[in-house]
Amino acid sequence: MSLLEIENITLRFGGLVAVDNVSLTVNEGEVFALVGPNGAGKSTIFNLISRFYDPAEGRIRFDGNDLLARTADQVPSFGIARTFQNIELFEQATVLQNLLVGRHRHRKTGMLSNIIFSPKAYSEELRHRAAVEEVIEFLNLQPYRDKYIGGLPYGVRKVVELGRALASEPKLLLLDEPASGLSVEETQDMAFWIEDIQTQMGVSVMMVEHDMGLVSAVSNRVMALSDGKELATGTAAEVQSHPAVIEAYLGTSEISKTGTSRT
Amino acid sequence: MRFVFKTSYDADIQLFKHRAQAVWYGLLLLLVLATPLYFAAIGDAYLLGEITGVLILAIAGMGLMLLTGHTGLPSLGHATFMALGCYLNINFLGAGVPWLIAFPLSGLIAGALGTMIALPVLRLHGVYLALATLAMSMLTSDFVVMAEPWTGGIAGAAVPDINIFGVEVNRYSTPYKFYYLVLFVAILLVWFYRNLLRTPTGRSFTAVRDSEISARAMGINLTRTKAMSFFLSATAAGLAGALFGHSAGYVTNETFDLVMSITLLLMIVIGGLGFIHGAFFGAIVVGIIPVAIANGRSFLATTFDVNINVPGLESALFAFILICFILFEPMGLYGRWLKIRTYFELFPFYRKDMFKRQKSYLKTDRVQ
Repeated sequence: MSLLEIENITLRFGGLVAVDNVSLTVNEGEVFALVGPNGAGKSTIFNLISRFYDPAEGRIRFDGNDLLARTADQVPSFGIARTFQNIELFEQATVLQNLLVGRHRHRKTGMLSNIIFSPKAYSEELRHRAAVEEVIEFLNLQPYRDKYIGGLPYGVRKVVELGRALASEPKLLLLDEPASGLSVEETQDMAFWIEDIQTQMGVSVMMVEHDMGLVSAVSNRVMALSDGKELATGTAAEVQSHPAVIEAYLGTSEISKTGTSRT
Repeated sequence: MRFVFKTSYDADIQLFKHRAQAVWYGLLLLLVLATPLYFAAIGDAYLLGEITGVLILAIAGMGLMLLTGHTGLPSLGHATFMALGCYLNINFLGAGVPWLIAFPLSGLIAGALGTMIALPVLRLHGVYLALATLAMSMLTSDFVVMAEPWTGGIAGAAVPDINIFGVEVNRYSTPYKFYYLVLFVAILLVWFYRNLLRTPTGRSFTAVRDSEISARAMGINLTRTKAMSFFLSATAAGLAGALFGHSAGYVTNETFDLVMSITLLLMIVIGGLGFIHGAFFGAIVVGIIPVAIANGRSFLATTFDVNINVPGLESALFAFILICFILFEPMGLYGRWLKIRTYFELFPFYRKDMFKRQKSYLKTDRVQ
């Protein structure tokens, strides 16, 4: 069953067509990867799903709901969590506090009961903490739980951001370049985590990634984009051998001929 | 160095990190409770009045700290909310409303009015928000003059005494009662503040401060959160304003002027942005400087026969101190204290860059 359906979506920035009539579906329990050269419109599609951008045309449906009728801050309540290409953590807060913000969509108490710390707010807080501890355990963040983000190395921040998204118990996880800037070992960890998120937690994952090793290791389906247009969709191997994709990355055969005719 | 072994979720939620910390704060509470006894013994309550003034400033400072330090919204107009609270309180008391109702009510109405003023302004960011609130602060005095029936205009208005179930509280005739009253309000607000910071509402404030874009991606409604922060902040400022009125006894259109707004902002920067302690440390500094200058002046005059009469010396000193803090200790007094404490806790492993953090109180400007 399809969880996320995007139909013929188009986004223009002035004269530039960032996303051009793209349709895709993400099925429940699937890992779906978006690949393509820089500026292809991959992150833009994420920002469209998160409702940071308004599309000119098209429809986005999630779990039977029309996302375009919602604002950015209502999107998480349906069970969509995301990470950012350039890490967007709360720097002056600890890892624990960052993960707890991820629980925001599950809060049931308001400002007043928070201020007087009513028994209801207390028991809710305990539930949030329990859920967050599980994420900390899952991602091995124990050594960093009380550290401030500002002092953490890049690789750890990447994991914290994944953790913050997981803490919201999403149905669909949007990962924007989860492996960029990570070492080989860290990328492997990330691959294992994505597999676990898919198989153990039953969360669907949609990701943008340049590391084709990671993409082919974890994704069920891959869509290649270039200049905002869909080039090919299929398994990682199919997409990688698709002539249009090779052309987008390496250029046409004529150019490569002239390239080799150097003397 | 102390290691705290956390064995339950309560360990992260409770107000004190460990028993020793609870003991220290208990001792501090005893100290502030016993302070009037000392002044009663020496029979001179002048300094106690100054301490009460510091506490009132700290209450207003906590309000501004919540907005600027924890939500990242600079405000140069908090004296306006103090004025609102003060004049509402005067009018309620004048209409015969009991103080126990008039006082919280004037704070809440100041908060509500503040939110109404703030809603259009909250679309602005950083320096633009500061300018808009600055304009608000500049208008305050004019509005006080215009609203003469309620404020007494330029002539000013006398603030009625506090009456709690027949117990009269006045700054001059019963300074000890007034001190305890202000202390109670301050402690209550600190408790509220702490509760806020350990629950989702407070975390959504810091989330908005550090990254608006990811706050939205986590389901935080920016306008609502900022308005909430503004409401709570203006309420605290309104309460402080009401108490300030009682402390001053008489308020005019010049009481809550621009200098007051700037002093509040200065206070929380000196104290340490983003810490509740910062509001108190800042208030102490702001409260001490005028006293210190006066004492220093009379000391120089009596011992060395040197008379220093420089107009604006106080403002100049304030400005100098502020510049020094921004240059050398952006984390404020509380940040300095944290560093010293960490130095001794970790001795000899303290590194100079341990507290190096990105300056992010205006980071919200970067997004969009």
